[in-house]
Amino acid sequence: MDNSKIRCFVIGALMMFLFVSIKTQAQNVENGKKIYETRCLVCHQADGGGVPNMNAPLDGATNVVGNDITRLVRIIKYGFNERVELDGLYYSNSMTPNPDLTPAQISDVLSYIRSSWSNKATKVTTVQVQQGIKGSQKTSTK
Amino acid sequence: MKKGIYLLLLLSISVHFLANAQENAGLTLPNGFKANLFAENIGSARHIAISKNGVLFAKLNRADKQGRTIIRLEDENKDGISDKITGWANYGGTGIYLNGNALYASSNEAIFKYQLDGKDEVVNPLSPITVVTGLINRRQHESKSITFDKANNIYVNIGAYSNACQEKDRTAGGQGMMPCPILDSAGGIWKFDASKENQTYGDGKRYATGLRNVIGLDWNPQANKLYVAQHGRDQLNTFFPSLYTDAQNAELPAETFYEINEGDNAGWPYVYYDNFQHKKIVSPEYGGDGKKEGASDIKNPAVAFPAHMAPMGVLFYTGNQFPEKYKNGAFITFHGSWNRAPLPQEGFFVAFVPFKNGKATGEWEIFANGFAGTVDGAKITSTRSAKARPCGLAQGPDGSIYVSDDTKGSIFKISYQK
Repeated sequence: MDNSKIRCFVIGALMMFLFVSIKTQAQNVENGKKIYETRCLVCHQADGGGVPNMNAPLDGATNVVGNDITRLVRIIKYGFNERVELDGLYYSNSMTPNPDLTPAQISDVLSYIRSSWSNKATKVTTVQVQQGIKGSQKTSTK
Repeated sequence: MKKGIYLLLLLSISVHFLANAQENAGLTLPNGFKANLFAENIGSARHIAISKNGVLFAKLNRADKQGRTIIRLEDENKDGISDKITGWANYGGTGIYLNGNALYASSNEAIFKYQLDGKDEVVNPLSPITVVTGLINRRQHESKSITFDKANNIYVNIGAYSNACQEKDRTAGGQGMMPCPILDSAGGIWKFDASKENQTYGDGKRYATGLRNVIGLDWNPQANKLYVAQHGRDQLNTFFPSLYTDAQNAELPAETFYEINEGDNAGWPYVYYDNFQHKKIVSPEYGGDGKKEGASDIKNPAVAFPAHMAPMGVLFYTGNQFPEKYKNGAFITFHGSWNRAPLPQEGFFVAFVPFKNGKATGEWEIFANGFAGTVDGAKITSTRSAKARPCGLAQGPDGSIYVSDDTKGSIFKISYQK
């Protein structure tokens, strides 16, 4: 193979890779949206705004767009039963656990939440979710 | 050039005027009524009380920028807008009640008593008397609303720290605990003697039970009975999707308004009230299927309202300013729903419940609407987009009524002119 053929091949492969990864990302978010609508929307509302004093907002919330993915994964999987302070306000309602969601589904819904409304945070991978769940099992056996 | 400046000035004044003088503070009212903003931006104003001199006290859910949680508002120049605003206290909460010169306020665990002087100024802002303490506050339904009978007894709601007494709160398909252990110390109304100090559960009496969460309550002076408005349970469809659709959950169960006699049981968590079947239906956590009826000795509501609208304040109207039909009837504020989603939210208004000889007729109507601030009747799809959410209610000495909003802290004054 001469140089130009190699170049062609590399560019082609790169384009394929980009195309596939963009498509999977879009699917992630699309799947995540469906999960959000059936499980999360009722409390967190259609615009991710939550309910004052009760259900925490997801839109623009620093913890939601922050880097502590493990915490987000654990809240979705195991629920949440504390009065929580978020950006200076308090929320008191219990969060329903979702023990039946797979790591892929949790990454989808988190990717949707972190990239919707005014949120522009990074997507969450299945590996990050798996690490988050492992982390929580370790903590719970301590 | 000069003309141009005048024109600009005129224009800016009229724009300013239009922006501030929204007719009736943006509310829709029955003919002959008018509304204005008595106060704005005072904080998360929950319940309110008014003295015979017209001084208004508002209990804040959390401290304002100056760290205050009880706000005193006076209208010194009598133009219908408060012009002297002061405050004190450092605990969040909902309840406030004025009994002569004694002002009672509640945190989410306790009830405190302050003394007012002849000018309605607080005498002991830093050293209130603790009347009741140690009431359960487990995060959910934590507010403690208060009212009084004519014999100096306090009635306080202690909300259930749960949605439907499931073994694990708010879980799909989860069974209810039998019997529900929460009812020993919450999920009802407790009665205390207002003349005693430092009381807790053992000193009071459980006056009524089976009430998931009451925020609005008032003594009906004509019937000489307590009336309470309950927040019905949430999420029938989320946890029992095979029994309830989204559309059914949006309309079930009813928000209920009860006449309470000592010992009454309103049935939570075992049953809920279905305002289409007009029946008390067994909760799905306790083996219900949406049709099975609950025990017959459970209290029936005096009035049933659409689901999830969240009744926040109750006021029996005893004034002479409003037309005759309002006399001795009840006003109820509705905070507006969240659990109707994905369907549009409802509420965000003040309802009127007509009474005849101390009994509710069973009818109700919207009295004041438009608090949410939507244009052309547009629906609210996310609760946070409501501009104002009605909460507390009080009657002024001239017979006007006042409505608080705990979103931005507006106090609306509603009056009638013949």
